[in-house]
Amino acid sequence: MNIYMQTLKRDLRIAIRNPSSVLNPLLFFVISVSLFPLAISPESSTLSQIAAGIIWVASMLSVLLSLNALFHNDFENGVLEQMVISHHSLPLLILSKIISHWILTGIPIILLSPLLGLFLFLDSNGISVLMITLLLATPSLSLIGAIGASLIVGIKNSGMLLSLLILPLYIPILIFASSAVSQAQFGLEITGQLYFLGAILVVSLMAAPFVSALALKISLE
Amino acid sequence: MWKWIQAFASPQNFYRISKKIIPWFLYPFIALTLVGLYWGLVIAPIDYQQGESYRIMFVHVPAAWMSMFIYIVLAVSGGIGLIWQIKLANVVAKVSAPIGASFTFLALVTGAVWGKPMWGTWWVWDARLTSELILLFLYLAYMSLGNAFDNPKTASKASSVLAIVGLINIPIIHYSVTWWNTLHQGASVSSVEKIAAPAIHPDMLMPLILMSISFKLLYGALMLMRARDEVLIREQNMRWVKNVIMEDGK
Repeated sequence: MNIYMQTLKRDLRIAIRNPSSVLNPLLFFVISVSLFPLAISPESSTLSQIAAGIIWVASMLSVLLSLNALFHNDFENGVLEQMVISHHSLPLLILSKIISHWILTGIPIILLSPLLGLFLFLDSNGISVLMITLLLATPSLSLIGAIGASLIVGIKNSGMLLSLLILPLYIPILIFASSAVSQAQFGLEITGQLYFLGAILVVSLMAAPFVSALALKISLE
Repeated sequence: MWKWIQAFASPQNFYRISKKIIPWFLYPFIALTLVGLYWGLVIAPIDYQQGESYRIMFVHVPAAWMSMFIYIVLAVSGGIGLIWQIKLANVVAKVSAPIGASFTFLALVTGAVWGKPMWGTWWVWDARLTSELILLFLYLAYMSLGNAFDNPKTASKASSVLAIVGLINIPIIHYSVTWWNTLHQGASVSSVEKIAAPAIHPDMLMPLILMSISFKLLYGALMLMRARDEVLIREQNMRWVKNVIMEDGK
């Protein structure tokens, strides 16, 4: 088994042994979504209109929360430094970590989204489109977020800083994803939005591991 | 050429030469601004649709142009600093950020003042306004990342990476929000054909061009002034800085 699969498995194993690090962002996701009906209105007509936006914003914020931990522990115990100086490809090692991050946060968010969609009176068509957009775009969230996480890896108390850096870059994803869901609710065509989300995924998949590797080298020198 | 750049780019030479260059930006800026504002506010005809209130355009449009121009300067010079390790490029990138953020803020505020009589509201979630707001966020993110590091060298490198990622993102953000919502009037001065036959009266176009040149000069002057201070701070342990300080003290 090669080093990249081992890195992936190691991250998953660490997460399983310390489940709260995975569960807390998900819990945050569920709680923050359920605040909106309390704050805005329990009316089904209002909620179903804004459901996609709420779920998307909440999932971005919970991904951000979990991104803080992406490199932090490895930095503290020196593993990250070993990755940088090892002869293995640093971008691919980072990609393995990003994939494990997506498995631990993206997939659970996708699996939880139908439940939250029901809470917010999204119809079944809307829920399936919501799940498709989440499936297409949560990997981009992890990939772009990794750039930010590697830029701030050596800084103390960097939680707020990460959201400042990353949230502006997430805006196109938010626009395309939530407009896809709301257009689908009106029975309109959504392939355009899905193509854009796919394009963002492809571009960030190709570029983000390299940029993130460069940023890690800068942060660790 | 390359040798000339390297010679100029050494902090010491830059400090010496920039002192002589600054007046060449500052005085033309003052002259052009006075002419441009007089032309724009007094001579230019009243707009048939927007009345007198369109005149804020002569500040708003150049400020909006500057906000994007400076971000490009910032990202490109950050990239030069990252690739060729030129100290001065990092300094230029760092000191440009607050100036660019100020121009962005100015564009947003003057836009709000213009929007109130025209659209009846201070703010709309329109594509251009939103992308300008996001540009302001990018500037602020750049600045706060730069301030988060203790080591100025690491700070420049890390924030340059962010600036370049942001530069790649700007068109994506712009097109996504354009696609999302548009109320803003189309550009009056944009493509080459439009410069040949612009959708704007020459008496309105000329002050606009003067003001945009004057804003670029202002940026040049402010950037050089701030860069001189930043160079002194970064090179504070060098002998030449000591000499400069001793001479100025006399």
